[in-house]
Amino acid sequence: MKRRVLAVAADLALILYFVFALFPVAWMVILSLKPTNELFSTYFSFTPTFDSYRTVLGAGDDQGVPFVRFFVNSLVVSVGAVALSLVIGLPAAYAAARWRFRGSENLMFTLLSFRFAPELTVIIPLFVLYQKLGLFDTYVGMVWVLQLVTLPLIVWIMRSYFSDLSPELEQAALLDGYTRKQAFFKVALPLVKPGIAAVSLLAFIFAWNNFVFPLILTSSNAQTVTVGALSFLGGDRPKYNLTAAAALVSVVPPLLLALTIQRYLVRGLSFGAVKS
Amino acid sequence: MSGRASPVPEANHGAASGAGAGKRAVRAVPAWRRPLRPYLLIVPALLLTGGILYPFGLGLYYTVFDFAASKPQPDLVGIENYRRIFTQSSFWDSARVTVAYAIGAAAVETVLGVAVALLLHRASFVGRVLEKILILPLMIAPVIAAIMWKLMLQPSVGVINHLLKPFGLGGVQWTDTPTGALLSSITVDVWVYTPFVAILALAGLRSLPASPFEAAAVDGAGWWFTFRRLTLPMLWPYVLVAVIFRFMDSLKVFDIIYALTEGGPGDSTMVLQIRAYLEAIRFQRYSFGISYMVVLWAVVYLVTMVLVRYLGRIQNRAAEVPG
Repeated sequence: MKRRVLAVAADLALILYFVFALFPVAWMVILSLKPTNELFSTYFSFTPTFDSYRTVLGAGDDQGVPFVRFFVNSLVVSVGAVALSLVIGLPAAYAAARWRFRGSENLMFTLLSFRFAPELTVIIPLFVLYQKLGLFDTYVGMVWVLQLVTLPLIVWIMRSYFSDLSPELEQAALLDGYTRKQAFFKVALPLVKPGIAAVSLLAFIFAWNNFVFPLILTSSNAQTVTVGALSFLGGDRPKYNLTAAAALVSVVPPLLLALTIQRYLVRGLSFGAVKS
Repeated sequence: MSGRASPVPEANHGAASGAGAGKRAVRAVPAWRRPLRPYLLIVPALLLTGGILYPFGLGLYYTVFDFAASKPQPDLVGIENYRRIFTQSSFWDSARVTVAYAIGAAAVETVLGVAVALLLHRASFVGRVLEKILILPLMIAPVIAAIMWKLMLQPSVGVINHLLKPFGLGGVQWTDTPTGALLSSITVDVWVYTPFVAILALAGLRSLPASPFEAAAVDGAGWWFTFRRLTLPMLWPYVLVAVIFRFMDSLKVFDIIYALTEGGPGDSTMVLQIRAYLEAIRFQRYSFGISYMVVLWAVVYLVTMVLVRYLGRIQNRAAEVPG
């Protein structure tokens, strides 16, 4: 009897936490379906409408927020950042996993320190520098600075995946007359494919969710959804329903991707410190 | 280490002609190029690292000048910027707010995250269903989360006060009072990041050996004793990883505060990164703003070193415990 009561209490406690965790998202759905004239007069009973989504995904609202464009920008810079990190990070991660050489640990820790460095330490000088170089408000500039987010993640996690591979497989390939390069591309890389997929998606999510870089280093051409979503709150009459719709639209890609990589999240989120 | 690169599987060969040379593969690469290989692989990463370190170095360089939009021809001022920071009360106010935020957020997230992990670990039907959506808040951009909460915490039309009305708490000024603003921003942080702690703690719980718990059950140990003496000590390395990540990230909080309060009301949520942002970007006092960040960077760096070393000790000790 006592055990049953405890089990029910535990489940109730869990449900309570998940109400806290899910209510804000549910409330955004409700807000985004409200017509503007009922925005502040009703809470739970109203005539739902998709007008807010039409406005957000259309040409923009009367304040002229080109949200679709921001969405495309987010896609371009996030994919670009992950692609560059993979090209540069995979060989580096492999080298760091397979060889011990002077400076390798130092480089790894320098990369890790990027993860913990306050972003503005680098961004404020970059803000000045980008104005001079013409990289301000460009895709190239954003992809470059996002390496701060994506590269440490990809190098650290892929090193832990390469280290988990038994070197004997590559040794066998070398004995069969493969070159080192072939052993890397034909033996090692295919074996860590799931890891690459997972870490790429996670890096994409972090790049997509970044706010401080586009806030400071873009103005309109390369602005992303995280900055764009704030612009609906501007003006003297904040449009709650548009803001909610914009917020929901901008969290769709990361959420969809996250569901596909649940199994790999632990290693990814802890930079390889914890393996499940 | 001699500096000569050696593939790990053959690391025991001190010299190029080892005893086990018979097992050597025939290589197409001449011997003199072999030690260079890892460096060649690393070069792109080094270039990119340099591309990030250069602006950082440039930032350090700026801090000894008085570079600002109003002073395009800056003068060398030495440590004047830092002297100003440390003698201004506004810096210490910001430091206090930042530390309060970081400790508050990290503490609540740790307790709540571990509690959620323990409850999920029981693997009841409800738990198994809910676990699938555990990571949802964590994948939402913190700035978007702050926007959501801002809409809900609106004093006059926000849904939270509406829901509190039956309890006689209709008009709470959530983000308009100093304490309320700080607690509200910590709440958003907790909302986003509790799943982070919960996921790591859950992974830890699932990797704990079963035998000590079986022995404790046989001895009739109570739940609290088992938790205090077995679960928590063995789980601690996992929890510590989460705590370190959360504490360090909270010290440099920006997105949540920017969207929710922009440092207000007054200076009650003016954390260091927000103040540096206002100084450098809004008031265009570049040198002074960067100096703020260099101080924060140094603190973060030192704290990380200490915590990571402590973590290493803990993990070594955990490894010595016979499983």
